[in-house]
Amino acid sequence: MTTGPGDFTERAGDQAYHVRPYRPPVNLLWWLRRRTYLFFVLRELSCLAVAWAVLFLMLLVRAVSEGGDVYAHFVTWARMPWIVVLNVVAFAFLMLHAITWFNLTPAATVVRLRGQRVPPAVIAGSAYAGWVVVSALVAWIVLRQ
Amino acid sequence: MAERTKQSGRTTEPILWLLFSAGGVAAALFLPILIFIFGLAVPLGWVAPGSNHLQGVLANPLTLLVLFGLCVLSLFHWAQRFRYTLIDGLKLKGYQRLINMGCYTVAVIGSLTVAVVLWLAR
Repeated sequence: MTTGPGDFTERAGDQAYHVRPYRPPVNLLWWLRRRTYLFFVLRELSCLAVAWAVLFLMLLVRAVSEGGDVYAHFVTWARMPWIVVLNVVAFAFLMLHAITWFNLTPAATVVRLRGQRVPPAVIAGSAYAGWVVVSALVAWIVLRQ
Repeated sequence: MAERTKQSGRTTEPILWLLFSAGGVAAALFLPILIFIFGLAVPLGWVAPGSNHLQGVLANPLTLLVLFGLCVLSLFHWAQRFRYTLIDGLKLKGYQRLINMGCYTVAVIGSLTVAVVLWLAR
């Protein structure tokens, strides 16, 4: 007998039965059927933008550490239209990731203060405030002359 | 990865979920501004931070430490989401073990590469 994922063995008395639960067939394009499904898949795909960002940052770090010429060469490379387009798309996905992530913070974090539950809006608000502070700090460190 | 180790009954899943969440927070806080500055603003000429200044920023051990944490956690965040995207999105549940191994192997090799790049950039 062939076995598939999700199969299990059920025992009744001293008999063992091989059980294969019925799973209705799902179309490979199930995520196109509803807007919420599509949104879910887009949110999950934001992980590719995260991976690209890490790669891009490492190329940047290497270029900066190797000196002015290599850094100038990196900037010229990053100016190529397809890299700019890639970064525009990546930035949009990173924003999608950040916004959906911070919106979920109140669901994942329950904070109690003097026995009272801190309202979800306050937790989400703090997350967004933290985001603004970190972004401003990064921009200041990179751009101050 | 999801398998329980036989003797202890423990799984690696909670640790992987922890890395996923930590990576989600780090990526959400730092990556949009970094990609905005270096992926768009610098190439399009809106700002032009000097190479010497950036070298100075990189010379700070705190910068390297933050970049290391950010990149490693982001890679494990990627691994968790990408394996579920493949398994659920493309219905590849039969290849779950292979996909898990593949994604986390990439995350580990990526993390080692990040460590080397940052070490050489000191």
